[in-house]
Amino acid sequence: MQRGGLLYIFIILVGIIFIGRLFYIQILDNPYQISPLNNASIKKVYDYPERGYVYDRNGKLLIANQQSYDLMIIPREVKPLDTTEFCDLLSIDKTFFLKQFKRAENYSTRLPSTFVSQVSKNDYAYLQEKLHKFKGFYIQKRSIRDYPMKIAANVVGYISEVNENQIKENSYYQQGELIGKSGIEKTYESFLRGIKGIKHIQKNKFNKEIGSFKGGIYDTLATPGKDLTLTLDAVLQEYGQRLMANKRGGIIAIEPSSGEILTLVTAPSYDPNMMVGRKRSRNSVKFFGDTINKPMFDRGLQAEYPPGSPFKILTGLIGLQENVIDESTVFTCNRGYKYGRKGFMGCHAHASRVQLNFGIYTSCNSYFANTYRRIIEKYDTPRKGMNTWNKHVESFGLGNFLGYDLPSGRRGLIPDADYYDKWYPAKNWTATYTLSNAIGQGEVLTTPIQLANMTAAVANRGFYYTPHIVKNIKGETIDKKFTTKHITTIDKEHFEPIIQGLFDVFENPKGTAYYSRVKGIEICGKTGTAENYTKIKGKRVKLTDHSIFIAFAPKDNPKIAIAVFVENGYWGSRWAGPIATLMIEKYLKGEISRKYLEERMLKGNLQEEYNKQLDTLYRAEGEK
Amino acid sequence: MIHCTVQREKNNIFAGIDLWLILFFIILVFSGWLNIYAASISEEHTEILDFGAVYGKQLIWIGLTIPLIIVVLFIETRFYERFASIFYIISILSLIGLFIFGKNINGAQSWYAIGNSTLQPSEFAKAFTALAVAKLLSDKVFTFKPFKNHIKALFLIFLPALLITLQPDPGSALVYFAFLFVFYREGLPIYYFVIGFLLIILFLLTLKFGSYASIPIMIYVVGGIFILIFGYLSVYKQRILKRNWLRFLTISFIICGYIFSTNYIFNNIFEERHRNRFNVILGKTTDIQGVGYNTNQALKTIASGGFSGKGYLEGDRTQGKFVPAQDTDYIFSTVGEEWGFLGSTFVIILFIALMLRIIHVAERQKSTFSRVYGYSIATIFFFHFMVNIGMVIGLVPTVGIPLPFFSYGGSSLWGFTLLLFIFIRLDANRAYEW
Repeated sequence: MQRGGLLYIFIILVGIIFIGRLFYIQILDNPYQISPLNNASIKKVYDYPERGYVYDRNGKLLIANQQSYDLMIIPREVKPLDTTEFCDLLSIDKTFFLKQFKRAENYSTRLPSTFVSQVSKNDYAYLQEKLHKFKGFYIQKRSIRDYPMKIAANVVGYISEVNENQIKENSYYQQGELIGKSGIEKTYESFLRGIKGIKHIQKNKFNKEIGSFKGGIYDTLATPGKDLTLTLDAVLQEYGQRLMANKRGGIIAIEPSSGEILTLVTAPSYDPNMMVGRKRSRNSVKFFGDTINKPMFDRGLQAEYPPGSPFKILTGLIGLQENVIDESTVFTCNRGYKYGRKGFMGCHAHASRVQLNFGIYTSCNSYFANTYRRIIEKYDTPRKGMNTWNKHVESFGLGNFLGYDLPSGRRGLIPDADYYDKWYPAKNWTATYTLSNAIGQGEVLTTPIQLANMTAAVANRGFYYTPHIVKNIKGETIDKKFTTKHITTIDKEHFEPIIQGLFDVFENPKGTAYYSRVKGIEICGKTGTAENYTKIKGKRVKLTDHSIFIAFAPKDNPKIAIAVFVENGYWGSRWAGPIATLMIEKYLKGEISRKYLEERMLKGNLQEEYNKQLDTLYRAEGEK
Repeated sequence: MIHCTVQREKNNIFAGIDLWLILFFIILVFSGWLNIYAASISEEHTEILDFGAVYGKQLIWIGLTIPLIIVVLFIETRFYERFASIFYIISILSLIGLFIFGKNINGAQSWYAIGNSTLQPSEFAKAFTALAVAKLLSDKVFTFKPFKNHIKALFLIFLPALLITLQPDPGSALVYFAFLFVFYREGLPIYYFVIGFLLIILFLLTLKFGSYASIPIMIYVVGGIFILIFGYLSVYKQRILKRNWLRFLTISFIICGYIFSTNYIFNNIFEERHRNRFNVILGKTTDIQGVGYNTNQALKTIASGGFSGKGYLEGDRTQGKFVPAQDTDYIFSTVGEEWGFLGSTFVIILFIALMLRIIHVAERQKSTFSRVYGYSIATIFFFHFMVNIGMVIGLVPTVGIPLPFFSYGGSSLWGFTLLLFIFIRLDANRAYEW
């Protein structure tokens, strides 16, 4: 008898556990409970608001919308139909009809899927009258993007259907809805999108709609998307894109007094209308697959180059701030700078006694190598010197993400003491080990927008605003971080001698940009020629230098700061310099006085040079 | 005179019938059908007597249980006892025959196709195994003392279990473990239970926490259980503890070996779908769209029923066909949605009442055969009840076995009816057993 009791106990125990579990599931709060609005008998109908328009700083329309009509299908609601008539209405053939039907059925019989996307307006008008005959089909209106000016594809970005991860991350989105995938469409998605409205419709158990659920108390109205005004100057942007035709590189122009980005050119680029509607999937495969020209790669934001000579500005500023040089300090330069037993940094031919002003406008390597060495060696250990230098450089927004409102970017690299400790585990490094940093080669890497921002900070004599692309959002102020001043660690008075040097780059006949000067505009700038290596199978292969130029104008009360990068463009004054000054002239004067130069730049084609680079690469690979 | 009355009553089988069991049976079958109707009704099929629909077919099956019941009740009690071995052999042969003539549905070769309908012999094999077990254990000379009898009894239940596993239908095969309860009741030493129980616990622990973590946990658990059992059996057992430390050491080693082989078994012998089920239950994966989909849908459906349910035929998730297999293995979710906490508790209590009544009736039997048979069917019902509802409410890994009298399916309904009514018949005769 005793043994029979065990089964009794088990049965009652299991019964109690089950009832307890049911009590938890059905009565207490628990994760299995679903809102009555997610009830299977309630159909949700969404009302999608129109996506916000986007304008440039002068009110020119950059992004608009156009209507498109998709024919949707819910396979299980489809009743036998006259396929011939249906196909005629849509001008499709029967095989296409069957293929699409099969596809929709495979996806889901109860959920809607697209049957024919983007039906033409004419077909739509016919279809709308006849559609009641075809159960299970309905028209979904969608608005798709339209880019009237066809410019700034990298800035505007594109929208496409949400993917599964995005649905998981954000419960707002559902299968088939659109989301900004890059550019401002991504950063300002929540403003541009608006909020969709939801209607709840009660269905009976045979799936017939019997009216609005609870009189519509849970229904919401759609909130329209907000229009954006960008800081971009469409005219300047368009001009920059034309100047960069057939070249690779970028132009970034910033208004120093506000941090507003005036142009953000990357080349090569594409017409943003190519990434809209039916063409998108085909073109995105093409663009993302082009690993040679990389049209989807925003060179202005994502490309890290050694900054080259423009970096000497910082070396000079830090030298003055750290009090290791002054305007009258003299260094010698005999076609280069000797250090240690073997070290030698070459320089071009110029007079030997170099002072600061002369050092800048002739871009003397030795002068800045000496200055850099004094900065690092000012402290009792190179570690302290290096970290001081790093702190000054980073105060110009280099070496980290700037925090602008576009979704792509790179950190760049400004090394510090820890960085070199890793490179030299014996920790025996000194100033001369890192000497190339003085002239923007070595380990230093910057993106063009960082360089443009640095130029703006110099133009402002010691501060900058975080660069940004959105000027205002209808009804909302822009993020506070874009109106907060970032003050550099360099005192204001040290900028004047440097800026004078930058001015002399144009004005002194020995200046590196003397031939790019513009009558009537006081431009300050600095050429740069960044050496460019790549590693192929462990071997260092030298490629043609990058042409770099930074400038701001006018000298007093500057309106524009600009950085131009032209890949494999030899030296700074060959491509980047003229392009920068043309941009400045265009922005400040509205027209170009130097037609011959403009002509040369517009027509300039570096394609042959790029082919040569490829040849060099292939050959280097072949040798090994 | 007295003799005559006895004789008359003996012939009048209805006099000894346990009306409680009949009542529970009728309520269960009736509410089962109501829920099958709710779960399978559709736009095309709304007529109650639509025999093309699932609920219509079930109605035929229910109708056909009546002749079955009559036949079962009119057969002499002795017949079941005498022919138990033959029934058993027939059912074993029919299970073997599946490998040759069986029809493959969803990857398992578990059905005979007869015309339009299918027959699942494993549903009937339960009843016949129960008879065979009853026959073996009621043998006058049979006791669980000699070890060879342990083997005999275990062989009897694990032979059909093995054949069913090979079909493969491991869910149905698991049911045969229920007989261990019966053996225990009839004198099988408890350590079979303890060992079986430990093996399961160990298996789950190892899957959940990994081989190394399970060992210290196991030392506590094993130690605890040994102390409980042997401490409970008092003084004389303490001697065993002292004498047998070597044996304990061996057992510990075996346990360690088992823990480490668990991963091998799990990864190499189990199929992917089995692994997935375990992983979902153990909370190692939360893929609610994939493997746990059925259970997750079932849970949401039950949860949406609330306290008193949405009303009969008003369950939108049932009507919307959200839960796969809702008319068979997941039928309980229909109860949960349309009848709420009240209804599902009612069904649980009904099952408990049925099982407790069977045990009660079994205990009053004078013949060992009837008692053992009664115990067998109580444990079989219990096992189905526990695994099926446990699965639907997310407490047990997904194992596809039906809920007695509720799940759609003729074989299952007939199998359980047979199981129950043979017992009712045996019980009706108890007054004349000595």
